[in-house]
Amino acid sequence: MAEAATTLLTTSDGRPLKAALATAQARAKRRAFLLVLPLLLFVLLTFLIPIGYMLKRSLEHDGFSGSAPSLSAWFKQQPGFDPANPPEEAYAALVSDLALMQKDKTTGMAGTRINYTVPGTISLFKAGARAAKDLQPPYKEALLALDPEWGMPRLWRAMEAASSPYTTEFYQVATDRKLGDTGWARGADQDRIYLYLFFKTFLVSGAITVICLLLAFPVAHLLAVLPMSKSSLLMILVLLPFWTSLLVRTTAWIALLQEQGIVNDLLVWAGILSDDNRLQAMYNMTGTIVAMTHVLLPFMILPLYSVMRVIPPSYARASRSLGATSWTTFRRIYVPQTLPGIAAGSLLVFILAVGYYITPALVGGADGQLISNLISFHMTKSNWSLAAALAAMLLAAILVLYWLYDRLIGIDRLKLG
Amino acid sequence: MKKILILSTALCAVSGIARADVTVMSWGGAYGAAQTEAHVKPWAAATGNAAVMVDADNPAQPIKAMVEAGNVTVDVASVEYADAIRLCDEGVLETIDASKLAPAPDGTAATDDFFPGAVTECGVSTDIWANVYAYDTTKFAADAAPKTAADFFDLAKFPGKRGLKKGAKAVLEFALMADGVAPADVYTTLATPEGIDRAFAKLDTIKKDVVWWEAGAQAPQLLADGEVSMTTAYNGRIFGAAVGEGKPFQIVWDGQIYENEMYVVPKGAPNKDLAMDFIKYATSTEGLRAQASHISYGPPRKSANVDPIMYTDGKTEMGPNLPTNPANMTNSLLTSSDFWVDHDSELNERFQAWLTK
Repeated sequence: MAEAATTLLTTSDGRPLKAALATAQARAKRRAFLLVLPLLLFVLLTFLIPIGYMLKRSLEHDGFSGSAPSLSAWFKQQPGFDPANPPEEAYAALVSDLALMQKDKTTGMAGTRINYTVPGTISLFKAGARAAKDLQPPYKEALLALDPEWGMPRLWRAMEAASSPYTTEFYQVATDRKLGDTGWARGADQDRIYLYLFFKTFLVSGAITVICLLLAFPVAHLLAVLPMSKSSLLMILVLLPFWTSLLVRTTAWIALLQEQGIVNDLLVWAGILSDDNRLQAMYNMTGTIVAMTHVLLPFMILPLYSVMRVIPPSYARASRSLGATSWTTFRRIYVPQTLPGIAAGSLLVFILAVGYYITPALVGGADGQLISNLISFHMTKSNWSLAAALAAMLLAAILVLYWLYDRLIGIDRLKLG
Repeated sequence: MKKILILSTALCAVSGIARADVTVMSWGGAYGAAQTEAHVKPWAAATGNAAVMVDADNPAQPIKAMVEAGNVTVDVASVEYADAIRLCDEGVLETIDASKLAPAPDGTAATDDFFPGAVTECGVSTDIWANVYAYDTTKFAADAAPKTAADFFDLAKFPGKRGLKKGAKAVLEFALMADGVAPADVYTTLATPEGIDRAFAKLDTIKKDVVWWEAGAQAPQLLADGEVSMTTAYNGRIFGAAVGEGKPFQIVWDGQIYENEMYVVPKGAPNKDLAMDFIKYATSTEGLRAQASHISYGPPRKSANVDPIMYTDGKTEMGPNLPTNPANMTNSLLTSSDFWVDHDSELNERFQAWLTK
């Protein structure tokens, strides 16, 4: 043994075998790496960088700090200043910054940044910047005479917070908190919306996932056990809507389910409903759930089918021959084998449902709004940071679910088809 | 990353642009076609310069990206009023000398001839569009049809569901005007907590009978399907359905909320002087009238609204269909972009919270 350990194994040309092997493997590894390099770059460019950029946007905004250098510098020197009564030097710095903003045309950016936490300040900044170069000391009186809102403690709190480009304020807003004169506090009930919508989004997505599973299970089973000729026909029926534009399918549901739509017309014609008592199945939560379930159903059927297809029927036959009832066979033999498919389908449907935007926007009506509709609102109103903070919270929630899934079921058991 | 985004956006916008003296970027569709026929082609023919029209989903986005990337290929863009103000504040646009705009045919200076707010530091209005409400004429007898903004909220006298845009902007103003607030006081009222409560209280009176719409095309569709008996809408959509498709829709102009669409010149435009000449031509009395004969958006100059304008079908008079028709403007409100840049987020949060309650 001792001799074997000390004698080095060598190749025929005398190099140590270990080193030769390492070189050969390194070459193979390099080649393998080059093969996946395009994919890696693709993932990096289209996935990691945009998401990283979005997360950065949710924590960073230099709209004010970049355009108000004097005031930002002053805030740094005065860590414990009183927002209720800022001194003359602070106002002087503010006025010189306002003049600078007017010159550089950055008023809009600075005002927008402060407006995120103190509504009504964009026009305040614009008016202030226009007047700044004509203001005379003492600046405090001059600015307050221009508009008493310049003395608001919450405005000074907001400016102090915005004097650094890094901030968690967008997360405060995203959790329904408001900046008041004494600092951040819970918003008034009539304004609280985001947390409620998060909760509702997850609840609705969960309901859609369960409905999808109940509908998809028998269909996938039928697809898996029917003879090939019949199952491929059935498969086309599953895939055709899958290939149809999302917008077309959503609009089709509107035509079907609206108050003057086909379903209601038929029910009235058949005498089941009276004309003034038509079903309200569109432009509300019912409409959202029906349309989204239909749109997402293939994402449940396909993984289930791929798992069910390879379950040998002999297991079920063996169970029956050993005396199990058909219910026991289904419950204890069949369902456990379909678990990877159930898990994959549920995860897929749930995650897609959480981020759904266009269907709830079109058929949601008053109570069918989801969090994605508000994210889209802030994207179009160019408050990207708040949109990013909301999206980051959604992402975090999904990652938590993914982690739970991994702990409970195991990610290696995921089977997507 | 930002650089990459800007560059790629700019590149996408560049490709497909032929060499031209003036490149105009607009919204495409019927709107872009109207500006092409009314402004781009006649200007090119009149001056001998080459001019092309290119489309964008929202021209404000690519021109901002172009200016930031320092590669501007567009000379004139048609953008929303709020964007014209915002981009001007951000230093993305050239300033426009209002004194150089074309005077009215009777010699009135352009600055006096344009409607208030139609000429800003960096933009000149090309048309005025409006948020109005319209009803289905088959649902109401001619002598018992809705006539005022208040009628929209009167479920007892005018039964049926209502369509409303799902958003705070234009809906809150409309509610206040229906509640009897004079147009001049709408924004001062809405700036106070009591005013906001008043607007939501008015909306509460019809909340259970409202069908909310999001995309502009949904409003005429809801009316056509019989889902609602009246709905707020963009006036051009109702005109298109009524005149183009013969639908029995009637616009009620009382309480209309109108907005300017602006021509702007991005900073660093390759042919700035020609661009200014194009804008002068397009926003002349005749240029604005020509556009209004293609699409039912009103010319923003007094002199352009004097003589009747005919629609391109040759038989429809545009006057009664334009937001700028004096009879249509008796109780009307110019959207305040200043108010909405300040309060959009805040009021929309309140609106969404109100919706879900």
